[in-house]
Amino acid sequence: MSVVAIDKNYADKVVIRDLVENFHGNQVVYLHWEDHLMFCAAMAFPLPPDMPFAAVVKEVLPTYYGMHPDFAKIDWAKVTWELDGKPLTPVLDKSLKQNGVGHKSCLRFWTPGLDGYKHSRS
Amino acid sequence: MNAPAKLGLKQRYSLLTHGLDWTPSYQPMEKIYPYAEFEGIKIHDWSKWEDPFRLTMESYWKFQAEKERKLYAVLDSFAQNNGQMNLSDPKYVNAIKLFLTGISPEEYQAHRGFAHVGRQLPGVGPRVAAQMQSLDELRHVQTQIHTLSHYNKFFDGFHEFSHQHDRVWYLSVPKSFFDDARTAGPFEYFIAIGFAFEYVLTNLLFVPFMSGAAYNGDLATVTFGFSAQSDESRHMTLGIEVIKFLLEQDPGNLPIVQKWVDKWFWRGHRVLGLVAMMMDYMLPKKIMSWREAWEIYFTEAGGSLFQDLARYGLKVPKYADVATAEADHISHQNWLTFYQYCHAAGFHTWLPSAEEMDWLSEKYPTTFDQYYRPRFELLAEQEKEGKRFYNNGLPQLCSVCQIPMVYTEHKDPGTISFRSSEYKGDKYHTCSDGCKDIFDNEPEKYSQAWLPVHQIFQGNCGGASMEDVLKWYKMNIGADNLDQAGSPDQKMWDEWMAARSRVAG
Repeated sequence: MSVVAIDKNYADKVVIRDLVENFHGNQVVYLHWEDHLMFCAAMAFPLPPDMPFAAVVKEVLPTYYGMHPDFAKIDWAKVTWELDGKPLTPVLDKSLKQNGVGHKSCLRFWTPGLDGYKHSRS
Repeated sequence: MNAPAKLGLKQRYSLLTHGLDWTPSYQPMEKIYPYAEFEGIKIHDWSKWEDPFRLTMESYWKFQAEKERKLYAVLDSFAQNNGQMNLSDPKYVNAIKLFLTGISPEEYQAHRGFAHVGRQLPGVGPRVAAQMQSLDELRHVQTQIHTLSHYNKFFDGFHEFSHQHDRVWYLSVPKSFFDDARTAGPFEYFIAIGFAFEYVLTNLLFVPFMSGAAYNGDLATVTFGFSAQSDESRHMTLGIEVIKFLLEQDPGNLPIVQKWVDKWFWRGHRVLGLVAMMMDYMLPKKIMSWREAWEIYFTEAGGSLFQDLARYGLKVPKYADVATAEADHISHQNWLTFYQYCHAAGFHTWLPSAEEMDWLSEKYPTTFDQYYRPRFELLAEQEKEGKRFYNNGLPQLCSVCQIPMVYTEHKDPGTISFRSSEYKGDKYHTCSDGCKDIFDNEPEKYSQAWLPVHQIFQGNCGGASMEDVLKWYKMNIGADNLDQAGSPDQKMWDEWMAARSRVAG
């Protein structure tokens, strides 16, 4: 479908505000820890595409999810990942880009055996 | 000499409202009304429009002036008697902070929208009707600002509602709703605001706020509610008239109208999630649950409305069943969102008390104890340890409704509902099938969204730190934001109550 507009050339005049070039060399990446809805939504981060995947695991996630009692119990070898709806086996020492993480990609991860406070998925 | 007989009301109405238009001769109609046709709506006979207002401008001014006199008399007496001290609890004030910042500016948007429609529709009947509604909306924003300005003398969070409307992350939700409607064509605007919002959903906005005000001792807000009420019923009549008129004029209008009804029902449902959390969490004295309000005002009232409209071929809005299923969740999900992000909000939040949690269990027997009580218990444990949870990350936002993507699959309340679309090689995320459909129908429009989180990352919101952004919002850090406990509002209230009991001896 396309837009209903009085200006026939509307589509050509569209200015997309969230193009990757507007983020000063970063790309937006969304991260979400499944079954831990104390964190109400996936979080957005402006990250350099060349950042190693390991930095997400070792730096970003502990800073933002570390306050949850389950976080310290995560066995990272067992974590399963999904990138933009498809399973992902991340290569930790490769960059986000090399792992296929693009602008506005959504990375969800499951931590088997951990399903939130008192198993409530919170 | 015989004095001329005075005209009856009906005659006067007829003479003052009919036959005032003329057929232009210098310019073709399509140049005078350039917005009338591009949406694909066909109108064959504007004279078939039945004016539901039955009101001349002359009597309109008289009615409105009378209402104003009554309202301002009550407001004066409220101020003179320090009415703010009769509130049930200072937590209540946060509900009207949300009203002033989230709803009043939209009254102004509605005013502008109806002014535009009132200029652009080729039929004289709907033009007069839209003009009156435009004036009503302007009156509403004014009376709301005047009423709530009294609270601004004492409480935090009221002072920059106008500045904040264009900037603050959660205010982009109602703002984008009206921006979307106002940038549509005049017929879509009329269906969006006049029908979907004013007719189908308005009771879910006004009744909870006004009853909530009455239950919690806020006489001032009740009064502006009453003052708006007769206008609102006129708007509802107009909303139903416009939909019947469009559907009667041409059978080709039905699919267009149905699509607008589907879209604006869903958008309205999303915006009303703010009212849901207000009812279930922000009112110290509760009126009814959001779930109950949804049953009465949407399932029952909306159900019979759509039965009535079935003769035109119009169907119940798409995803009405999803919205109904979500009524068991959205208030909890929204409140938990504001709880963890109220360091960046212009009002305070708090955890529900044990009694309130029991009330929520009773009202939400199938969801609260299973999903939300444990979440509040976890947060309470953290508070107890002195680690009140504030989320340091910024949330992913829906590209259409602009709400953080907090809503869950309606059949799986433990899993966030992620939807996405591709447009010109980029990904766009939406929170639901309803928002995804809206995006996919007009990606050109929604790909331009000014999403607050992304704007912060781009450096367009005052700076990189939370403090920079809050300053750019003109929020008073440490006063307007954070938990109710320890807020200057709460401290002032406690002092008032202590002084009152000293006087009472």
